[in-house]
Amino acid sequence: MDFAFISQYAPLYVQAAALTARIAFWGIVFSLLLGAACSFVQYYRIPVLRRVAAVYIELSRNTPLLVQLFFLYFGLPKLGIRISAEGCAVLGLTFLGGSYMAEALRSGLESVEKNQIESAQSLGFGRLQALRHVILPQAVATSVPALCANVIFLIKETSVVSAIALADLMYVAKDLIGLYYKTDEALLMLVVAYLVLLLPISLLATFLERRLRYAGFGN
Amino acid sequence: MDSTIQLQASGIVKRFGSETVLDGIDLQVHRGEVLVVLGPSGCGKSTLLRCLNGLERVDSGQIALDGEQITADGAHMARMRQKIGMVFQSYDLFPHKTILDNITLAPIKVQHRPRREAEQEAEELLHRVGLWEKRDAYPRQLSGGQKQRAAIVRALCMHPEIMLFDEVTAALDPEMVREVLDVMLELAQQGLTMIIVTHEMQFARAIADRIVFLDGGRIIEESAPEQFFTAPQTPRAKEFLGTFTFTKRSTEQNSVII
Repeated sequence: MDFAFISQYAPLYVQAAALTARIAFWGIVFSLLLGAACSFVQYYRIPVLRRVAAVYIELSRNTPLLVQLFFLYFGLPKLGIRISAEGCAVLGLTFLGGSYMAEALRSGLESVEKNQIESAQSLGFGRLQALRHVILPQAVATSVPALCANVIFLIKETSVVSAIALADLMYVAKDLIGLYYKTDEALLMLVVAYLVLLLPISLLATFLERRLRYAGFGN
Repeated sequence: MDSTIQLQASGIVKRFGSETVLDGIDLQVHRGEVLVVLGPSGCGKSTLLRCLNGLERVDSGQIALDGEQITADGAHMARMRQKIGMVFQSYDLFPHKTILDNITLAPIKVQHRPRREAEQEAEELLHRVGLWEKRDAYPRQLSGGQKQRAAIVRALCMHPEIMLFDEVTAALDPEMVREVLDVMLELAQQGLTMIIVTHEMQFARAIADRIVFLDGGRIIEESAPEQFFTAPQTPRAKEFLGTFTFTKRSTEQNSVII
């Protein structure tokens, strides 16, 4: 193990980790928003839009991120739409993550008993108020484990963006291997970098799940 | 009880698919009256209550509270429901809120009352039903009877004109039934207008000003409790009350014929 090499190239990983984190952050934020929109549309069975959401979800879940990225990065310019590589990465991650988030949130919404909604209605809550004060807190609490799993999944999926020439962690590692044949060192740093990114999030997720245990309700 | 009509339902019809659950119900409830609705399972008792506060849309007929029509229109309905308290068989407290928050949520968010005032009233009511020390507990930490008492307080805190009770003791252990019924008896004594669906016959007899007996979606019999329980008018009501002498005599008759 060449520690001199590791200390020399570690800063490259730090830089790449920042890019990975940035893409992941925006991708996750937008997929949560898209997912929330889709899950509401499906939960309230809004005509037309729920069909659109259903088609989107199937399209998104059943195509690989790499293919989605190629479509955005190489396909769209042929139609005259040009988006930066980083924009494509965020867009692709959102397109993929939106459906996963939608399904996680929808399962949470649907787990809230009908009685809860009726009991809110009988107290004079309007639709939106019932959603905000009664349905959502319970739905989100139920969805948290699935949402956290999706967050971690999406961060790991960013490793694919190296394919559209973005210098993320994966890209730097492959680059160093190609240039110097330092396979062991490059891969070790790659694993460590992902762990440093993901472990705190994983721990935070466990903490959140524990805080929201009340979702296991009744009884 | 006075002679003002508080709730008036006329010609209520409710169908689920091809099945007619309520087949033309006419009902008048006076201010301060306690009306108990009895009947076999599936006779439409619960559906009637759910129609009265708009949880089910009626297929025809009209319902008026204090002379004001109850319609299916969303915003209007939400306003009317604040005047109609409802307590369910399965309590349906909000699991993510403490008992105090369960009770004050609607007064604060729906009626826009100041938190302090709502909490003060909630605590007084909790005191009265013996749950004051549970105000910071979550529903899952309470027994069934305690949950049901908290649910009654939650409905009361909205200052309803009328309270609907839908088999509120049906899911409780026998020894917990009493504590809930005691609370309801006290409310009746204070002059709250109540419509109660129950299977507790002793309790119905004690609390009711009037009994309505429902079968097959129609009101079969309507009378004072003493009369209903001692001398029911219709064979269906007699059968329902399980008058054993009736069945025995009929078998004797059968044996004579044979």
